Amino acid sequence: MVRGADIVVRSLIAENAEFIFGYPGGAIMPVYDALYDYSDQIKHVLTRHEQGAIHAAQGYARVSGKVGVVLATSGPGATNLITGLADAQIDSTPLVCITGQVAAHLLGSDAFQETDVIGLSMPGTKWNIQVRRVEDIAPAIAKAFYIAKTGRPGPVLVDITKNAQVEFGEFNYEPCFGIRSFRPYVTINPTAIAAAAQLINDAKRPYVLYGQGVILANAEEELKRFLDKSGIPAASTLLGSGALSQDHPSYVGKLGMHGNYAPNLLTNQCDVLIAIGMRFDDRVTGDLKRYAKQAQVVHLELDPSEIDKNVKCAVPVLGDCKQSLPLLTDAVNSNTHHEWFQKFRELDKEEKAAVMSYDLESTHGGLHMGEVIQLINQFKDENAILVTDVGQHQMISWRYFHYKESRTQVTSGGLGTMGFALPAALGAQLHDFKRQVICVVGDGGIQMTIQEFGTIMQTKAPVKVVLLNNNYLGMVRQWQQLFFDKRYSFTELENPDFIKIAEAYKLRAVKVTERHELKEAVAQMILHEGPFFLEVVVEKEDNVFPMIATGCSVEEVRLS
Amino acid sequence: MNRYTILVYTENFIGILNRITIIFTRRGINIDALTASESRLDGIHKITIEVTVTDEQIIQLSKQIEKVVDVIKVYYFMDDEVVYQEIALYKIPIESLDPGLEKVIRQFNAHIIAAEKEFVVLEFTGHKEDTQALLEILKPFNLLEFSRSGRVAIAKPKFSITEYLNNQT
Repeated sequence: MVRGADIVVRSLIAENAEFIFGYPGGAIMPVYDALYDYSDQIKHVLTRHEQGAIHAAQGYARVSGKVGVVLATSGPGATNLITGLADAQIDSTPLVCITGQVAAHLLGSDAFQETDVIGLSMPGTKWNIQVRRVEDIAPAIAKAFYIAKTGRPGPVLVDITKNAQVEFGEFNYEPCFGIRSFRPYVTINPTAIAAAAQLINDAKRPYVLYGQGVILANAEEELKRFLDKSGIPAASTLLGSGALSQDHPSYVGKLGMHGNYAPNLLTNQCDVLIAIGMRFDDRVTGDLKRYAKQAQVVHLELDPSEIDKNVKCAVPVLGDCKQSLPLLTDAVNSNTHHEWFQKFRELDKEEKAAVMSYDLESTHGGLHMGEVIQLINQFKDENAILVTDVGQHQMISWRYFHYKESRTQVTSGGLGTMGFALPAALGAQLHDFKRQVICVVGDGGIQMTIQEFGTIMQTKAPVKVVLLNNNYLGMVRQWQQLFFDKRYSFTELENPDFIKIAEAYKLRAVKVTERHELKEAVAQMILHEGPFFLEVVVEKEDNVFPMIATGCSVEEVRLS
Repeated sequence: MNRYTILVYTENFIGILNRITIIFTRRGINIDALTASESRLDGIHKITIEVTVTDEQIIQLSKQIEKVVDVIKVYYFMDDEVVYQEIALYKIPIESLDPGLEKVIRQFNAHIIAAEKEFVVLEFTGHKEDTQALLEILKPFNLLEFSRSGRVAIAKPKFSITEYLNNQT
């Protein structure tokens, strides 16, 4: 017989969890006490805030493809997870969060640090459960892991009352392999494959949009083979970046509000639109009433509720794209689309002249964010991971970072969570110390979770943190400039000395204000062995273009 | 907008009703009526939801409900595809009992299911329109209290939840 707390830890070990990201407190103390005995089998990372713990677990899960594990106490410990849960839910990141809860006999009595975690976390989890008896702990954790990683992944929360943690029970771990009410995968319908192939084979200007679903399905190779054979131009969503190397001949750019000019504009000129593992987010589609109305849509998607949710499709291909893509590849003709590709290249020239030359090739005036990313590209490894926060720096980094490999992109896509990057980068780095992890943040977002410098210090994770500092909440300021008559309402920041803060946390820190210092500083950062903090003071009022303004159509993408 | 009956078969799991209702809350859709009870099968619950929405909304709603891990299967039907009933109870003061009321009771084939010193309780089942019609008639009789259930429904198209569960494994 062992304590419930030991069952918790042993269950996590049985699920091959490598890391627990967490923060102790009263109602989870028995589990922390048990952890003390298993430190040779599972590593616990003490963050500085529970939000840091869950974002770190997200970063870890996104680059490793494994389930991120989070441990927190009841009440405020659990409520601090909510932002991360909502973020993981909308970005389909597999997490198992374990929270302590007051003893079962105190439930509903407004006990100290009691809160209704099940109720609070319900809309932000794929599944959640409260465990009040020791014998229910292991089955709940087994089910939690299965649900988190199976089908469309997502966050799961297991709330364990304190009495269950201290009671004694047997430990017989049985992994979960199925739940009768849960059908995560469907059989691919051959009729749908045939219908999709027919549309594609008859198409003059077919166009592929791929999203994170390709990465979650581990179907990068299948996507590549499909594109190799069909010769169709392909554009990436924000979270799809890396699923296909940008060096692949089919790659034509990035979609969405701040994506590339040609891929957005030409969405309204294709005749068949093939969406693979993406969900037609409003940031990708702009005004739905004027989105790809001329095209017949083929949608390869795992989640039935995504079919026809935003864009009506002519042929839904429901199922895992790792299975459907090879079937589709077999059924389509070998083809090339030179003229169609040429349209993309012509528009690329316009974007280059209007936007990129300013962003990347300026020789005087303040530094631009794009220049920093360009230099990072020069020095980074092929499989370097880029972690970004939310805002202008996120869009610029994404636009200019050269994605060559899968799982090199970690950002808060759906929820747009400022403060995500620093802890997420830490989690991504802990997965593999040898891999370069470059964390690009703005001066607003970094201050939302800046305390995680402490976790970087304690774990010695060699994260390279690049602060692009414009002393503004830049994206909001850009909108104020463009849509609110330059009324810069509460977007200018009086910032601290970031270098001193970083140095206080024992990070190597360098600040760059001049263009001629930048290259050497970036090189120094990349070559540095330990954690490094690089602050680059950039132009205060730069804007991110191209841009599809809210309510506009993809063809109204503007270059200035 | 159409009136639909959604039949949801679920595991008997704490919080499942909440997980289903927040799908409506998030989209700002009002639930007209809801009934939950054990189904014919051990451990499987049946939730009947009546809702007035567009064709597109009903498709999305049912897909979102079916996405819930502990939901086994969701069906939705238009009014003409289901056989449904609602039960209504009417509390009437003794003083109101007169030949006029007797006529109403006979006409509607309502039942007196309780008689106390000060009031009687009438029971009547039917569609909402029927129970509503009786309510309007009884209002002048100094009706003290009224209570109506959500609909219970059986679908006309043939389907078997047992078969569905067996096919899976």
